[in-house]
Amino acid sequence: MMLRGLWKLTWIELKIFLREPLGAFGTIVIPVLVFIVAGRVLGRGLAPSALAASSFISVGLPVLASVLIAVSAVLSLVTIISIYREGGILKRLRATPLRPQTILTAHVLAKLLLTAATLALMVLAGKRYYPVGVHAPLFGFTIALLISTWSILSIGFLIASIVPTARFAQPIGAFILYPMIAVSGLFAPVESLPPSLHAVARVVPLTYAVSLLEGIWKGDPWSAHMGDVAALAVVFIVCTALSAKVFRWE
Amino acid sequence: MRPVIQVSAVRKTYGSTVAVDEVSFEVNDGEIFGLIGPNGAGKTTTMECIEGLRTPDRGAISVLGLDPFNDVYKLQERIGVQLQQAQLQKRIKVWEAVDLWASLYQKNAIDGERLLEQLGLIDKRNAWFMTLSGGQKQRLFIVLALINNPEVVFLDELTTGLDPQSRRAIWDLVSDIRERGKTVFLTTHLMEEAERLCDRVAIIEHGRIIDIDRPENLVNRHCPERTIVLATDDRTAEERFRAIPRVEAVICSDSQFTIRGRGDDLVTAVIHCLSENRIRVTDFRTILPNLEDVFIKLTGHSIRD
Repeated sequence: MMLRGLWKLTWIELKIFLREPLGAFGTIVIPVLVFIVAGRVLGRGLAPSALAASSFISVGLPVLASVLIAVSAVLSLVTIISIYREGGILKRLRATPLRPQTILTAHVLAKLLLTAATLALMVLAGKRYYPVGVHAPLFGFTIALLISTWSILSIGFLIASIVPTARFAQPIGAFILYPMIAVSGLFAPVESLPPSLHAVARVVPLTYAVSLLEGIWKGDPWSAHMGDVAALAVVFIVCTALSAKVFRWE
Repeated sequence: MRPVIQVSAVRKTYGSTVAVDEVSFEVNDGEIFGLIGPNGAGKTTTMECIEGLRTPDRGAISVLGLDPFNDVYKLQERIGVQLQQAQLQKRIKVWEAVDLWASLYQKNAIDGERLLEQLGLIDKRNAWFMTLSGGQKQRLFIVLALINNPEVVFLDELTTGLDPQSRRAIWDLVSDIRERGKTVFLTTHLMEEAERLCDRVAIIEHGRIIDIDRPENLVNRHCPERTIVLATDDRTAEERFRAIPRVEAVICSDSQFTIRGRGDDLVTAVIHCLSENRIRVTDFRTILPNLEDVFIKLTGHSIRD
C-alpha cells in the first residue's frame, strides 16, 4: 500500500521536475549537448590513431559527463528538499501516513530515473556523433552509475539536512561537491596528485565513484572493483544514518 | 459519550520559552471545537501535539483512543489535517495532489472528483498549485484534509489572509463538514469566525487556557453588560431612564442617549419605559457584547494587539 504512495509520489515528482523552466533542459539536454560538442571539438584535430590513444576522450569524457550528471542530480535534490522544507511541503506530507523514508526514496528514485534517461540519451548521441567507437559495457556502466549516484545522493541528504535555508542549499552543496571532483582522479590520476591530497582523495567518496566508473567503462570485471562498491555502500550507510539523525522537517 | 479528543495537563517548551502549559480540555463527538487566541498564544503548538507532529514535554493526549506519539501512523489514517501556512509543490496539478493524497491512505479514499466539485474546484483540476488564489488553495487543503473520510478534521487558521467573501464561503464548508458527522477542531484568532462556527471554544493566552464554554455562555458569564443607544428630543427622558431598574449609567450628549445596564431584561425594560411614557425616539440600537469583548475582559487587551 505504501508502494502505491511511493510510486505516485515518484511519478508526480518527475512530472513536476520536468515542468520546471530549466528542469528537462538543464538536467538532460545540456549534459548531452556538452558531451557531443566536447567530443567533436576535441576529436577534430586528431588523427584516427591518436584519437584512439586519447584516453581522455574515450574514457575521461564519458566518466566526467556521468559524474557531472550525478552531481547535478545531488545538487537539485538538496535544493528541492530545502525548498520543500521552507515552504512547509515536507510538513504537510508528514501529516499523512506517509513515512519519512518514503518521501526521500521517491526523490532518489526520481533522480535516478532522470540520471538513467540522460545516460541513455548520451549513449544514443554518442553512437551517432561521437568520434570514438564506443565499446564499453553499457549495461554494467549504467549499474555502476546508479550505484555511484545513489551513494552521492546520500551525501546530498546530509547536506539537505544541515543547510539552513533554500537560498544556501545550492551554493553550499556545490562548495562541498565540486572540490571533491577535483581530487577524485577524474582529471588526473590520484597517484599523480601531491601526497598531501592523497589522504583527502582516499576519504572523498567521489574517488571511489570515479574509479568504479572508469574501470567498468574500460571493461574491468566487477570483481576488480568490489572495494569501490563497498566504499560507496559505506558512504551511503553512514550518510543515511547521520541524516536520519539530524534531518529537520521544518 | 467518550470524548474524541482528551488533552490533560500538556506542557511544551521550546528552549526556555514555554509555548503551552497545563493545557487541558476535551472535544466531544460531532462538535466544532475552537481554540481561540492571539498569534503566539500556543494554538498551533497545541494542535500539532494532538496531531502527533510534536511531542509534548509533559501531559497526556488521546485522540480516538489513540496516543498521537506512539500510534501516529494509525492516527493519521483516521484524521484529516490542514496546516497553517502549508504549501504544495508549485507545479503540482490540483487533480494530481488529490490523487496522490488518496493513494497515501490504507482505507479506500472517498471520491476526489466529487470533493473537488463540492468545493468548487472542478474547473481548476488541471491548474498548477502556484496559479491558485488564496481561497482556492485553502479549499484544496480542505479537500486533502477530507480525502480519507476522516473522523476528526483539524483546521489551523483556515481563513487567515482571505478576503471576507472567500472567508464566508469557507465557513459554510466547515459547517458542512460537521453535518457529515465529523468532529472539527479548529484554531482561529478571528472572534467572528469562532462565534459563527464553534459549538464550544477554549480561550488560550500565553500558553494557558483561560476559559472553555459555548460562545453565548462565555459572553453571558463574562460580559453581562448591555448597552442601548437611542435618540430622542424628549427632555424628560433622562430622568425616566435613570429610574429603570438595572440601569447603571445614562450618558447624554445632545439628543443621543447611551444607556448601560446588566441582564437580558434591560432591553425589554427600556422599551417598556419608552412606550409607557410615550417617548418618541428617532433611533434605537442595542449593542450586545461578543467574544471579542469577552477576550478583552479576560486578558485586558484586544486579540489583535
